[in-house]
Amino acid sequence: MIEVDNLRKSFGDTQVLKGITTTFESGKTNLIIGQSGSGKTVFLKSLLGLHTPDDGTISYSGKPYSEMDIDERVGLRQKIGMVFQGSALFDSMTVEENVMFPLRMFTKMSKSERQDRADMVLKRVNLVNAHKRFPAEISGGMQKRVAIARAIVNRPKYLFCDEPNSGLDPKTAIVIDNLVNEITKEFEITTVINTHDMNSVMEIGEKIVFLRKGLKEWEGSNKEIFKTDNEAVTDFVYSSDLFKKVRQMYIEERN
Amino acid sequence: MTYLTAIGGYFLMIKNVFRRPTKWSILKDLIFKEIEDLIYNSMGIVIFISFFVGGVVAIQTALNIDNPLIPKYLVGFATRQSVILEFAPTFTSIIMAGKMGSYITSSIGTMRVTEQIDALEVMGVNSINYLVLPKIIALMLYPFVVATSMFLGIVGGWAASVYGGYSNSADFIFGLQDEFIPFHVTYAFIKTILFAFILATIPSYHGYFMRGGALEVGKASTTAFVWTSIAIILVNYLTTQLLLG
Repeated sequence: MIEVDNLRKSFGDTQVLKGITTTFESGKTNLIIGQSGSGKTVFLKSLLGLHTPDDGTISYSGKPYSEMDIDERVGLRQKIGMVFQGSALFDSMTVEENVMFPLRMFTKMSKSERQDRADMVLKRVNLVNAHKRFPAEISGGMQKRVAIARAIVNRPKYLFCDEPNSGLDPKTAIVIDNLVNEITKEFEITTVINTHDMNSVMEIGEKIVFLRKGLKEWEGSNKEIFKTDNEAVTDFVYSSDLFKKVRQMYIEERN
Repeated sequence: MTYLTAIGGYFLMIKNVFRRPTKWSILKDLIFKEIEDLIYNSMGIVIFISFFVGGVVAIQTALNIDNPLIPKYLVGFATRQSVILEFAPTFTSIIMAGKMGSYITSSIGTMRVTEQIDALEVMGVNSINYLVLPKIIALMLYPFVVATSMFLGIVGGWAASVYGGYSNSADFIFGLQDEFIPFHVTYAFIKTILFAFILATIPSYHGYFMRGGALEVGKASTTAFVWTSIAIILVNYLTTQLLLG
């Protein structure tokens, strides 16, 4: 579980996060949504320790990050898997080497054990014939799947995904969403996803945190988002005519 | 103020290079890769330039000796002194600031732009150690490059003198041996080691701390070349004053 209390972060005179308090539970797919410039990426990078907050605390399994010594922080980071927006695969390594990298770096596994684990997770993300290919030789969807495989190979407790569906076609985006959701349940991971994708919100958003101008405007589940009266949320989520009609139909059906 | 911040940032980076080291089995592979990229792949251009510049030094020295009282062996003497003291260590390092430096800055800068460095940090890897230390260790073989440059510069001078008709082989070789001071070679290698450290770290600093996109990677490479060259020239002056002055 990740607890965030009154998180604030500024860059120069610009206050990006203005006091966010929320909780991300384990075994759940937690989504952070909001318009561009709402502070989603800074929030996610603060959770990851890539930005140091000006104020507030972030606690992992009850222990505040700011109170951890360097070894505890390094230990925590080894329990974190991250899927970056652009996948961030190492160009000089093959798919297989990318996936085995965290195992090689942080475990004492033998080469065959690492190979077996990499085969297992690559199979889990439905990628079986790309082991020896380099990231530049595979499609964007495959790169995302390799990034997920690399993120989960060392059995993380926390999985963070920054815009995992950006640049993907709708069908592949759904495959990625379902994969992340299944993995979250299977390994009882605390998953936090930063997204713009409304399909993801509707399909896998067990907990949704809506940010607006650096503040938490609303939080709830994908079921509750249909019912909310919060104008900022409805404007953002139902910005397309299609979603407006879907919501109308849902409300009429319930009545 | 910006320069002071950059200099402070550079020294903090150097401190972090030696903290939380990468696992030896991984570091070893990285070192071999860097030896191939930085040392082995630079040999071709060093061999080519050294041979011909050595030849030019010999020809220009010969053409400037008009006085019949000045012995012909001076061509060999001047070639040796120019090549060992300055051309091989300093001039080659300036060329390497362009060749190796732009490679180092652009490869690390691209990793920054594509979030690969963030990926290393999130995993708990000391990314500065992972990226910079193998380059520093690999460049400890840089004196080998400079030694090759010294040898080929002198061979180029000999070939140009003898086959160009400016001097005969015996005179040139006599000039090479005349009043040879072994400490000059030691001096050249001492500054070569310092240049190697500069070549590994200043381009790494500009790549690691760059911000922006592909265009900024190009700008960072150019800036790295300029500052690496300036640092080499300044260190060259200081070591010369300290060791020979």
